[in-house]
Amino acid sequence: MGLIISAVVIGGGLLWMLYLSIKGQDVDRRIVYVFVGATVALAIIFRLEFGEVATPIVKSVFDKIENLPAGSKIVLSYDFDPAMAPEVNPMANAFIRHILEKKHRLYFMSLWATGQSLLSVSLNDVLKPEFPDAKYGVDYCNLGYKAGNEGVLNVVITNFRKMFPSDANGNSLDSLPMFKDVESLKDMDLLISVGGGKPGVKEWILFAGDPGKVAMAGGSAAVSAPLLYPYWPRQLIGLLGGTKGAAEYEAELIKTYPRFKDKSMPALRMMGPQTMAHVVIIAFIVIGNVAYFRSRKKGGQL
Amino acid sequence: MKQQIPLVLVFVFGVLLAIQYFVPSEPSQRFYEVALDGLTVIGIFAMVLGIWSQIHVGYNKIKRRAEDWQYSVVTLVSMFGMAFCGLSFMGGLNGPIFRQLYNNIFIPIQAAIFSLLAFYIASASYRAFRARSAVSTVLLVAALLLMLRVIPTGPLADPINQIGSWMLMVPNMAAKRAILIGVGLGSVATALKIVLGIERSYLGKD
Repeated sequence: MGLIISAVVIGGGLLWMLYLSIKGQDVDRRIVYVFVGATVALAIIFRLEFGEVATPIVKSVFDKIENLPAGSKIVLSYDFDPAMAPEVNPMANAFIRHILEKKHRLYFMSLWATGQSLLSVSLNDVLKPEFPDAKYGVDYCNLGYKAGNEGVLNVVITNFRKMFPSDANGNSLDSLPMFKDVESLKDMDLLISVGGGKPGVKEWILFAGDPGKVAMAGGSAAVSAPLLYPYWPRQLIGLLGGTKGAAEYEAELIKTYPRFKDKSMPALRMMGPQTMAHVVIIAFIVIGNVAYFRSRKKGGQL
Repeated sequence: MKQQIPLVLVFVFGVLLAIQYFVPSEPSQRFYEVALDGLTVIGIFAMVLGIWSQIHVGYNKIKRRAEDWQYSVVTLVSMFGMAFCGLSFMGGLNGPIFRQLYNNIFIPIQAAIFSLLAFYIASASYRAFRARSAVSTVLLVAALLLMLRVIPTGPLADPINQIGSWMLMVPNMAAKRAILIGVGLGSVATALKIVLGIERSYLGKD
C-alpha cells in the first residue's frame, strides 16, 4: 500500500515537472528540494524496503569471516567521523555481530580521534546488549584512538605494545588474555578498516595488509569506494561500499543467522529512502535532458 | 638563519626517514618511533596555534559586530563548552555529559550537513547534467547505469549489474590506477624538491 501511494505521489510530481519542462518553464530549485524531501519522507513513513543480495565483493568478506576457525583474531578499526557514520556505522555493527557470533576474538582500534566515541556507541548499543557473555580482554578489547595516522600502522606491524602500551581503559596489554599470543598486526588473521577518508582502508592496505601479508577487508563510504576497487581482489579480499554494501552484508547476515532478523539493521532500512532518492535523481536527469533537447530543437537555450 | 635552520632540518630528517624506510632493523625502527613522537608533538603545537587563531578571529568578529558575528559566539561557546565537559573532573571523554553532547548534538549535526548533499545533487542533476557533447553523453550514460545498479530493476538487474561492474572494474580501475601512479610520482618529485630546498613556499614570505 505504502509503495503504491509513494509511486502515485512521486510519479505524479515527476510527470508534472516533465510537463513544465517540455513547456519550457523553469522548475524552481526549491520545488526540486521539496520533491526530494517528500520522496525520502514517504519512503521513511511507509518503511519501504527492497530485497538485497550480496554481490561477490561483499560476499567474499562475509565468507572470509564465516570460514575462519573459531578464536581467530580480527582487528576492526573505526576510521570515520560522525558525518560518515550513518553510511559506515551499520557496516561496523554488522561486522561486530558476525565476528562475535562466530566466536572470533575482536580487537577494536581507531586511527581517527572521532572514531573512539563512535566505537563506544557500538559497544554500548550492539556488543554489550546482544552479546552479554562476551568477556572484555578475552573475546574483545578496545585499544582506542592513537594519533599518528599511518605511522601508527607502521609501528604496530612490528610491535603492538610500542604504540599501545595499554588499552583505552588503561589496562596493560599484557594483562589481557587475548594479547598473550599477539606481538604485532602480523599475528592477526584478518584486518578490517571501516571509514572513507585518510587514514582509511587504503592506508591499512599499504602499511599493514601488504607488508604484513595479512588478509585485509574494508568498509567505505560510497563516494570513496571506487578509489579502492583497484586493490580488489588481491590486496583487499572484499569491500562494502556505502549503504548498499552495508545492506548487502546485513541481508547475508540475516540469511545465515535468522536470530538477527529482529535486531536493528539500519542499512537495510536506509536502502528504501536511498533507492527512492536515486529513482528521483535518475528521473530528474531524464526530464532535464528531454527539456534540453526540446529547447534545442526549437532553437532556444536552456 | 631563519631560512637556513628549517632547510637543514628538513634535509636531514627527509634523508634519514627516506633511508629508514628501506632499513628493516631495530635501531631504524626506534628512530622511526622517535620521529613519530616528534610528529605528534608538532601536531599538538599546531593545534594550540589553531585554537589561538580561532579564538582571535572569533573574538575580533564579535568585538567589531562584523557580519554574522553570532556564529562566532556559537563557535566559541561550543568549543570551550565541549573542552570543559571533556576534562577529567567532568568525567572525561567517556563521561555522561561529553557523551550526551557528542552523541546528541555533534553526530546529528555532522550527519545532517552531509545529507544536504542529496538535495544539491538532485538540483544539479536536473539543471546541469545535460548531454551537450559526446563526452558529457558518455558521462551521463555511465552515471545513469551506475545509479540503476543500486536500485531494484527486476529482470534487468543482472545485465545492469554486469555492465556496472565492468565499468567499475575496467575503465574506472584503469583511470584510477593511472591517477594513483601519477599522484605517487608527483608526491616523490615534490618531496624531493622540498628535501633538497628547491621548493621553499612552506617557509612563508618573511
